Amino acid sequence: MIHDRYQLAFKLYPYARSADQDADSPVHHPVIVVGGGPIGLASALDLGRQGIPVVVLDDHEGIGQGSRAICFSKRCLEIADRYGCGQPMVEKGVVWNLGKVFHDDRKVYEFNLLPEEGHKYPAFINLQQPYFERFLFEQIKAEQARGAPIEIRGKNRVEAITPEANGVTLEIDTPEGPYKLSADWLIACDGAGSPTRKMLGLDFEGRVFEDNFLIADIRMVNDEFPTERWFWFEPHFKSGASTLLHRQPDGIWRVDFQIGWDVDRAEELKEENVRARLDAMLGDVEYEIVWTSIYTFQCRRMKDFRHNRVIFAGDSAHQVSPFGARGANSGMQDVDNLGWKLGMVIRGEAPERLLDSYNEERIHGADENILNSTRSTDFITPKSRVSHLFRNAVLDLAERYEFARPIVNSGRLSVPCTYDGLSLNGPDALTGGPARTRVGSPCPDAPIDDGFLLDRLGDGFVLLTLNTEVPDRLEVDGIPIRRVALSAGGRDALSDRYLGSARAAVYLIRPDQHVTARWEHYDAAAVTAALRTACAKEAI
Amino acid sequence: MSDLTLTPNLESADDFYAALIAAHDGLSDEESEAFNARLILILANQIGDQSVLEAALEAAKA
Repeated sequence: MIHDRYQLAFKLYPYARSADQDADSPVHHPVIVVGGGPIGLASALDLGRQGIPVVVLDDHEGIGQGSRAICFSKRCLEIADRYGCGQPMVEKGVVWNLGKVFHDDRKVYEFNLLPEEGHKYPAFINLQQPYFERFLFEQIKAEQARGAPIEIRGKNRVEAITPEANGVTLEIDTPEGPYKLSADWLIACDGAGSPTRKMLGLDFEGRVFEDNFLIADIRMVNDEFPTERWFWFEPHFKSGASTLLHRQPDGIWRVDFQIGWDVDRAEELKEENVRARLDAMLGDVEYEIVWTSIYTFQCRRMKDFRHNRVIFAGDSAHQVSPFGARGANSGMQDVDNLGWKLGMVIRGEAPERLLDSYNEERIHGADENILNSTRSTDFITPKSRVSHLFRNAVLDLAERYEFARPIVNSGRLSVPCTYDGLSLNGPDALTGGPARTRVGSPCPDAPIDDGFLLDRLGDGFVLLTLNTEVPDRLEVDGIPIRRVALSAGGRDALSDRYLGSARAAVYLIRPDQHVTARWEHYDAAAVTAALRTACAKEAI
Repeated sequence: MSDLTLTPNLESADDFYAALIAAHDGLSDEESEAFNARLILILANQIGDQSVLEAALEAAKA
C-alpha cells in the first residue's frame, strides 16, 4: 500500500492505471523525474516545452499542505516567466520591500530593498509554496493541451533504482501493485530526505544545526499589520531566541519562532502552547491558527549532483537554512541550468559531458548559498559565548551607527550566482562593459520599446546586439542562434546594464539567460567558438 | 585631524565577521578575551590618530 505521508492542499493528479503497468517488459522513457514538488514540476515543464517526453512519478496525488517556502526571488519568477507562469504568481503573491530588525524591545534599524527600476519582476514576492506549485502544474496542463509530452503519475512510489551504463531501471509501487520502467535519464527531485539518494547510497556532507524552529501560519482577524518583514533577535516577549513575522497572501502571516534544540515536539505543537507564544508576541490581537510545523535544518550538499544518468536537483542535492530564501529559489535555478543542457544532449546537439557543467555550475551556486545561509544562521543563533557577545555588540552599535548595519545578518536574500571562471564561459571582451553583465552573469532585465528584455531571451541561444550590425540568421553546427538587435543610448537602463562605457556590444546568451561571451563587435569565428565552448563541444 | 568613520567602510562585512568569529573557534573564554585585547591594540596602532581613537572610545560606550 502507498500511505500518504502528509495531507494534501490540492489533489491534482489522482492515481490512474498506466498502460505501462500492463506491459510484458519494462517500458522505456527518455526522462523520468522522481518527485512532483516545485523542482520536479519545473523540470517536467522545461523538458516538455522542448518536446522531450517526460514522466513524473510522485508518491502522492497532489501538492502537500503547509506554506513551507514562502519567499520567491526575482530570478525564480523570471524562470517561471520563461515557462509561462510568472505572471499569475506575482498577481497572487504579496510584494514587500520594507524590513525591520528588532533586538529585545528596541528597533535596531529598518531597511528597504529599494528595488531597481526597469525590471518586469519585483525583488521578492511572498507566496505559499502550494500556490507556487499549483501555478507550475496549471502551466503543465496548458502545455499538455498544446501537445507537450508530459505525464504525471500519482501514487507511484519508486522502490528500487538500478543504475546502468546508459540509463536506469526502476521498480515502482502503486495502489494496484508494482511495475517496472526504464529510462535514459533520471532526475531526482525528491527533496531533502531523497529516497533516490539513499537507494543509491550516496553521500551528503555538511553541517546540521542543532535548533528547532516552530512555524505558525495565522490569519489575523483585524488585519492591521503592515506588509513588512519583521525580525526580532532575543525578543522581549520571550517566545523564541529569534522570531520572524512575514505576510503571505490570503491575509495569512508566517511566524517563525526559534525554540531551541532540546524540545518536545508534540508538546510544542499543542495549540495552547503555540497560542501562548503568539499571545506573548502579538498582545491583544485576534487570530486563527492555519498551520503549524516544527523544522530543523541543515546546510549541506552532495559531493556530486550528477551520477552518470541520475541527476539530482533542488533539496535532494543541497540544503540550506531558511534564512535568505535560498532553498526553492536555488532549486529553480538548478532546473533552469539543467533543462537546456539535457535537452541538447538528448537531441544529440551536444556531447554528454555538457551535463558535467551542470554539476560544476550548480555546485558553485550551492556553495555560495550554503556559505551565505550558514553565516546568517551563525549570526542569528550564535554558537559560543564570544560569538553571542559580538552579535549583540553589532546589534547595539547598529542602533546608533550606520556602519554596523551591514554586519547585521538576519538572512542575505537570494540572488542568482554568477558562474565566474567556469568551463562553459567564453571571452569577456567588451572593454568598458558593466561588471553585472560580465561573462557568467544572469542577464539583468531592462525595459525595451515594447516590454522587457528578458521576454526576448531564453529557450534558445541568443545573440543580443546593441548598436551594431550582424547577420540576421546564424547557425552553428545546426544549432540556431536567435538574434535580438536593439539600440541603446544615453543613460537608459539598457545602456547602464549592457554597455557601460562601450559604444556597441554583442552578447552571446545561453538558453538559461546567462551571458556566455561578449564582445564589442561581431566576429563569426569568435561566436562559433564561444557557442561550441558553451555546449561543451570543446573538451572541458 | 581626521574624523572617526561611523558609516559603512568594510570591504566585505560578511567575510570580515565570519573571519572574526572563526578566529575564536576553540578558544576558552579567557583566551577569547585576551585575543580581543590583542586585536584592539593592533587595530588601534593601525589607526594611529589619537583623536580618532578617543572618538572611538567614546562611541563604544554603552
